[in-house]
Amino acid sequence: MKKSSIIRSVALGALLAAGAIAAPANAQDTIYVANNAYRTGPFSGSGIPIGDGMRDYFTMLNERDGGIGGVRINFEECETGYDTKKSIECYEQAKAKNTVVYSPWSTGATLAAIPRAHIDKIPILSMAYGLSASADGSQFPWVFIPPLTYWDGASIMVRHMANELGGMDKLKGKKLGLIHLDAPFGKEPIPVLENLAKKYGFEVKLYPVAAADMQNQGSLWLSIRRDRPDFLYNQGWGAMNPTAVKEAIKNNFPIGKLVGVWWAGGDDDARAGGAEAKGYKSLNFNAAGTNFPVIQDIVKHVVEKGKSLAPKEKVGENLYNRGVYNSMLVAEAIRNAQKLTGKKVITGDDMRRGLETLNVTEARLKEIGMEGFAAPVKVSCADHSGHHKAYVAEWDGTKWTKGSDWMEPLKEEVRPLIEANAKDYVEKAGNWPKRTESCEKSS
Amino acid sequence: MSDVAAQPAPNLLANGWIKAGLIVIGLIAAAIVGARLDPTGTIHAIFVDPFNQMAQAPDLLAQTIWEGLVSGVLYALIALGFVLIFKASGVFNFAQGIMVVFAALTLVGLYEKGVPAFLAVILTLGVMFALAVTIERVVLRPLVNQPDIILFMATFGITYFLIGFGESVFGGSPKQMITDQLYLPKGAIDLKILGGIVSLQKIDIAAAIIASLMIAVLALFFQYTRIGRALRAVADSHKAALSVGISLNQIWVIVWFTAGIVALITGIMWGARSDVSFALEIVALKALPVLILGGFTSIPGAIVGGLIIGIGEKLGEFYWGPLIGGGIESWLAYFIALGFLLFRPQGLFGDKIIERI
Repeated sequence: MKKSSIIRSVALGALLAAGAIAAPANAQDTIYVANNAYRTGPFSGSGIPIGDGMRDYFTMLNERDGGIGGVRINFEECETGYDTKKSIECYEQAKAKNTVVYSPWSTGATLAAIPRAHIDKIPILSMAYGLSASADGSQFPWVFIPPLTYWDGASIMVRHMANELGGMDKLKGKKLGLIHLDAPFGKEPIPVLENLAKKYGFEVKLYPVAAADMQNQGSLWLSIRRDRPDFLYNQGWGAMNPTAVKEAIKNNFPIGKLVGVWWAGGDDDARAGGAEAKGYKSLNFNAAGTNFPVIQDIVKHVVEKGKSLAPKEKVGENLYNRGVYNSMLVAEAIRNAQKLTGKKVITGDDMRRGLETLNVTEARLKEIGMEGFAAPVKVSCADHSGHHKAYVAEWDGTKWTKGSDWMEPLKEEVRPLIEANAKDYVEKAGNWPKRTESCEKSS
Repeated sequence: MSDVAAQPAPNLLANGWIKAGLIVIGLIAAAIVGARLDPTGTIHAIFVDPFNQMAQAPDLLAQTIWEGLVSGVLYALIALGFVLIFKASGVFNFAQGIMVVFAALTLVGLYEKGVPAFLAVILTLGVMFALAVTIERVVLRPLVNQPDIILFMATFGITYFLIGFGESVFGGSPKQMITDQLYLPKGAIDLKILGGIVSLQKIDIAAAIIASLMIAVLALFFQYTRIGRALRAVADSHKAALSVGISLNQIWVIVWFTAGIVALITGIMWGARSDVSFALEIVALKALPVLILGGFTSIPGAIVGGLIIGIGEKLGEFYWGPLIGGGIESWLAYFIALGFLLFRPQGLFGDKIIERI
């Protein structure tokens, strides 16, 4: 072998070795967080503000604090276009890159990811969406659904209806219409509503909307005109929501009696109805607006430095703040996992422990600049949701305001259903792995 | 040249129709007997109860038919976009849906940039014309005389290009249609008739009028002008049309531009009912059952098909939907179309193709 070629191969070897050393050193500095997004496709109207909120919170933590516990967060979006098939590709990518948590961002994508994540041991955070039954931590150790499930939401809707009417006993003989997307997401509240209807003597009318007819709800609203429901609950998403608001106005349905699930609470959804949409309601578990230290910090460290994708006037909109809230849960769980394990760079399993003992108290909310932005959240080994409170937000013609006090879900009704349903899911799944992960002492 | 002859649609009262009529009469008779024997059961719920409802609340029936009529006209408009291109190029234009989105977004986007509303409409038409010329130059001309399936796949390419291009230019956020600025009316006319109120939305009336005018103009244009005759020649055979000196390129540009105009109007009307976003693309799929029913090559077919589907699916959803939990509209449209196909496989007004071997 010639001398020059020996030198060359030595140099090459050194370079490769350096690369091999440098790569893990680099990875050790960051925690990789995978997150599905849909900035394209028919649901992008809702996906963009949420994506911006999530991204901006992590950018803010990196800019202001240098990450979490001294480790920068490598937050990466994977575009799904709200397509479950693509979400599986995104899941595989997230797995390959050793993500500490996977946020599917659609109920279909969550359902597809749950069986996979149980084998790959990747925690799933489906924040107030996905499979309601996954709130049972004893059967679903890897799935988390704080701060509440669709079933809790439906029960809060019933409570809201009772409050408006003047008591639970006044529900008898009333009619609640459920407008819902004819998809797994839309059908989630049906079992709880039917149970509660039996118990309190009201009637539930279902108004399904096929995805292809999202903008074409004419006959549905004719049926509403015929059935005259006292209240309407809208489990809708994407272009279905602005259409529902417009149709309610067109059909003279009292807009104050139309209440959306939290995903029907986009600013663009309500704005579509113009001035007459004033009084439209939606369940909510985060505050809208920029009047919070956390949002101010995002404006200062991210938006004003040109590092946000959101136009400044969209910062603080309801769905943007929802995205911020989601990232806060992830960030707090990472912090928690670091505390539990004493490690700086955590793994997926550490993250599961962090999520399972997540306890964001009122004091902690104040520390992170979110006082009055959200209610405290606590997750436990058995209860992966917490079944927390929500309130009814009201559109005042230009922005979302707080239209009611925080309301507890009817947990005593919801929880037994969740446990029964979880058992059912596990039985149908066949050889579902038994939970082997031990619970933390503190939880 | 293959020996293909297109015959005009035969008399509507041909054999198939008599057969269909007899089946319908038979069904009705069976239903009446069944309902008599079992006044509370399923047969009663399907065959008698809906008609009772119609008789008891004629105002709701009128409202349902009105809603169906408006949707029907709007479906007809979308279907027309497909029919024109099918006639000229022999392909199902998969890109029609995204053209609706693209036209509406261009209009709203220009308005947001500060262009006055009506100038924005004119500029959008300009953009749709440029798009038609580009498609003809870049996509169709190099593919002349290729099998239809290749042209069809090319329209997929156009779709994905327009999605990506549209998203990079306008972003994915939903926008509001500028109905007020275009002087489209708001509010409703409430008619106190039939023992109740029938509420006619002014925007729906406007939509019905504009769409009907549009359809009438196009039908006349393609029936009585030189270009219209040329289009029909091209539809029969590209080669034969070329041999008598018809410019295929010119026809293609005109047809794609017309489809662009139809897309813009469709976008404005549907955008006003919801918002302007990429979700509007799926509205175009509502034209499929209309095309199956009306035939891919017939302008009257698109109109009649649109009305039958529109009124049929609204009546079906409103009176029969609750029996099986509602939400039947989307597949009922195909069901109606299939029902017609059993008796007229070429569609209501489609050409019966007789190929001599």
